[in-house]
Amino acid sequence: MTEAATPLWEVFIRARNGLSHKHAGSIHAADAELALQAARDVYTRRGEGQSVWVVRSSDIVASDPVDKDMMFEPAESKIYRHPTFYEIPEDVGNM
Amino acid sequence: MYSQGLIGADGKTDEDEAFLAAFQERIDAEQKIEPNDPMPEGYRKTLIRQISQHAHSEIIGMQPEGNWITRAPSLRRKAALLAKIQDEGGHGLYLYSAAETLGVSREEMTEQLLSGAAKYSSIFNYPALTWADIGAIGWLVDGAAIMNQIALCRCSYGPYARAMIRICKEESFHQRQGYEILITLCNGSDEQKEMAQDALNRFWWPSLMMFGPSEGESVHSQQSMLWKIKRFSNDDLRDKFINATVPQAEFLGLKVPDPELKWDEKKQGYDHGDIDWDEFWRVVKGDGPCNRERMRTRRKVEREGAWVREAALAYAEKRAAREAAARVAAE
Repeated sequence: MTEAATPLWEVFIRARNGLSHKHAGSIHAADAELALQAARDVYTRRGEGQSVWVVRSSDIVASDPVDKDMMFEPAESKIYRHPTFYEIPEDVGNM
Repeated sequence: MYSQGLIGADGKTDEDEAFLAAFQERIDAEQKIEPNDPMPEGYRKTLIRQISQHAHSEIIGMQPEGNWITRAPSLRRKAALLAKIQDEGGHGLYLYSAAETLGVSREEMTEQLLSGAAKYSSIFNYPALTWADIGAIGWLVDGAAIMNQIALCRCSYGPYARAMIRICKEESFHQRQGYEILITLCNGSDEQKEMAQDALNRFWWPSLMMFGPSEGESVHSQQSMLWKIKRFSNDDLRDKFINATVPQAEFLGLKVPDPELKWDEKKQGYDHGDIDWDEFWRVVKGDGPCNRERMRTRRKVEREGAWVREAALAYAEKRAAREAAARVAAE
């Protein structure tokens, strides 16, 4: 095929105001405006959303799975970051 | 059904034992595999093959139904059929994008479909001759697809499983609209009921073939099960489909065209007659009633749509250049 490849975009949808945008899938489109239209046509035919974001897939910077431990393991040993770590007498009630 | 795409697949992989064992451990622990995770080459290849075949099936599947849009008997039926066909196109797109996360481009997959290197489900090589066929396709073909797709929602590959969840949510409308068409025909005149029976007669066996042949000792199938790409055998899914569908045919007052079909009290399921696997292989290999026509149409559409893609890209470039020039002028 000699035809130029159409760029790939990632589609994020906010289902309701108050929620965050969530990845729905991706779409091919020549530019941002067409990507937005295509995303609407393909991903929101049944009232799935209030807002759509499209981001060029090539613009996404992702962590390397090889670095998973370095990135995320430190969180696991810091249980004192959670409220349940601290003991409060029951008499005090909800805090 | 989409495991039809695995026929002749080569899931061979040459990673070392430790790597494969660590991968298998993740799979056994029901962990989902995501696009950037390390995975055996055989796993990646098998998935690309299955997901792209599934996507191609959705796209080619638009053809037999598309022929009936202009002839739908009412505006309500026409709107539903249009929405359904639009869904099929959308399902193809979800699936292509899931496959693309495995490192294959959309262009490459399209090329494989157009050259005949990649297959699509055998069922879409049968014609939709009457309006009742649209009912039978929704009821039986989409019904069989749902049986497959529900199982695939638990596939070990994250993007595929997520696409299947979306698809399953939309698919049940297809099956219901098909069954409703048949209810209407079966409550109609003798000719209409006969038309419904004729559609069932023609689509019953091809629908059972959608699940693919019995796998027996197939090494590829066992590997796919082990990797949790597949979660049920072809025969298990087919039996499930038959058990669910026969009572629905009875409700319609239609006769399933299998004289050997009978209820087995012991296994609490139906026994069925032999499937004509010669016909199945003939259709898979390209000699079904509509294989050539489907491919011809698909190639024509691709060719005739090329200018739209080119124009969109050219316009995007022009607009970007214009915006850049405006920015410079404003500074």
